[in-house]
Amino acid sequence: MTTLLEVENLSRSFGGLVAVKDVSFSLRAGRITALIGPNGAGKTTCFNLVAGALKPTSGRVLFEGRQIDNSPPETVCRMGIARTFQIVRPMREMSVLENAMIGAFSWTRNVSEARSKAYESLESVGLAAKAHARTDQLTLPDRKMLETAKALSTRPKLLLLDEVMAGLRPTEAAGIVGVLQKLAEGGLTILLVEHVMRIVMEVASRVVVLHHGAKIAEGSPGEVVADPKVLESYLGAGFHA
Amino acid sequence: MQKKFDRGLERTRWLAGITVFAVLGLVGMLANPYVISLMTIVLLFTFLGQSWNLMLGIGGQLSIGHALFVGLGAYSVGVLYVKYGISPWVGLLTGMILAGSVGASIAWLSFRFEVRGIYFALLTIAAAEFARIMFSGWEFVGAMQGLFFPAPTGGIEISMLRGDARFYYFVALALAALGIIGTEFISRSYLGYVWRAMRDDESAARALGVRTFQHKILVISISAATAAAGGGVLALVQGSIFPDSIMGMGLSVDVLIGPVVGGLGTTFGPLVGSLAAIPLNHLMSALGDSLRIPGLNNITYGVVLISVVWFLPDGIWPAIVRLCKAIQAPPTALLWQSRKVEE
Ligand SMILES: Nc1ncnc2c1ncn2[C@@H]1O[C@H](COP(=O)(O)OP(=O)(O)OP(=O)(O)O)[C@@H](O)[C@H]1O
Ligand SMILES: [Mg+2]
Repeated sequence: MTTLLEVENLSRSFGGLVAVKDVSFSLRAGRITALIGPNGAGKTTCFNLVAGALKPTSGRVLFEGRQIDNSPPETVCRMGIARTFQIVRPMREMSVLENAMIGAFSWTRNVSEARSKAYESLESVGLAAKAHARTDQLTLPDRKMLETAKALSTRPKLLLLDEVMAGLRPTEAAGIVGVLQKLAEGGLTILLVEHVMRIVMEVASRVVVLHHGAKIAEGSPGEVVADPKVLESYLGAGFHA
Repeated sequence: MQKKFDRGLERTRWLAGITVFAVLGLVGMLANPYVISLMTIVLLFTFLGQSWNLMLGIGGQLSIGHALFVGLGAYSVGVLYVKYGISPWVGLLTGMILAGSVGASIAWLSFRFEVRGIYFALLTIAAAEFARIMFSGWEFVGAMQGLFFPAPTGGIEISMLRGDARFYYFVALALAALGIIGTEFISRSYLGYVWRAMRDDESAARALGVRTFQHKILVISISAATAAAGGGVLALVQGSIFPDSIMGMGLSVDVLIGPVVGGLGTTFGPLVGSLAAIPLNHLMSALGDSLRIPGLNNITYGVVLISVVWFLPDGIWPAIVRLCKAIQAPPTALLWQSRKVEE
């Protein structure tokens, strides 16, 4: 298996606050990795650093062996990294379908090709029936799925998902978990921020744990939930895997 | 069902468009000179509004200094024709290239240094005012005394783009039609999609691979070049060019009235808005003169503008479309459309 993404000693501070502190990890192609940690641990900041939305204070990000931490987000996206936003950002004046088409224009200029890719993306997250709705007619969980569909339309190699299953009912979440697993089988690499441990245990083959910006553990889901540091700082004494 | 409904709407749009232009064609053939000259201005400002609308309504970039581009087009045509006898066609092309490059340069400088949004809009005013002051003092282009086209000889000369009032009416009509077709074409191409994405949320668009820096420069230079074409024809129609009127703040405002009143970002908005606003302004101005109430036109104009923005904030045209949809669509579709899902 090859390494798709390498994060090396990555740090980012905002004024005096160190949001991400000397974090290193790597992602293997075709795997689902979970990034977990308490609120404010630096997970979203990590995403922003990888996706080019923020520049690191120090450290490097390598994608397919090339350094990308100086590249703007559109370049990073075109290289094959797509991300969702934790706070959803639909294009308000555009329909659900049109939202899902935007990403396809990173690899085609053909409108009908983009439209069929958008239908395919919406289909895979269960939104195809609402393709012609306005985005303000969607529920919040549906808007998160729209974020996912928008990202999928870019045909990514690496997909960064920031709490996209929040608010879903367990059966709906199970459906999405199935979709993610199928995408990973098809070769897509996924890095997922998720608070529901049951989902993490189910989909992730590896877990990276952040706390106060620093990586405190990494391993298989089983190893991580047994780690005393993780139990103490994140999962709490009452957690049972 | 939604799809079928859209296709019906699509057909209505085409029919409406063709009918409107057929009627405008008849107006050109039958109307009296006063109506002809008024409608020529309406159509030219439809085109200019379209150009401005492309930039803000689709590209999301606000310009309050479009007079700069209009003026560059006018002066290109004027200087080449009046000073050297060169055909206005060449002048139009020169003006478009010049304005397109100036627009691209302003955009490049501005976005290179992260000047955006309302600050960019202020920069467009500054650039337009700078140009106005420069042209006002530039003897070669007539300075404050302006440039005058020789009086028309009577006949129609297509190669020199010269003719009578009716000829210019049809030139303006062709330009307005071209503007509408062009906007619709761009709007449906990939450019329309990525520009709207960039307008709605620039950084989310970038995350989806949209190279917003290049696209902003592109939409601004296209808008600038088309505004220059409109400016060139406006100069020919008016027969003279004065820096204060062709490059002044007033003209920048006139350009945006049509799309704002008619409907921002819509294809037909600038036409509907110009049709509503410009004749009203002229009518009130004439009425004000005969009743000896100076400024009546400006007061009425202001009241109407504020009412439109207040009661129809997205403009007249979207309100008409909503009404048509309400009449055509089955009640179930209406229910579905008005139902807001709670978060
Ligand atoms: N743009 C910013 N400016 C200043 N501080 C920021 C900024 N972005 C994040 N932070 C701070 O950095 C820290 C990490 O935030 P981040 O959003 O990465 O956490 P998170 O792990 O995603 O949390 P959550 O689970 O709540 O989403 C927080 O203290 C946050 O307030
Ligand atoms: Mg977060």
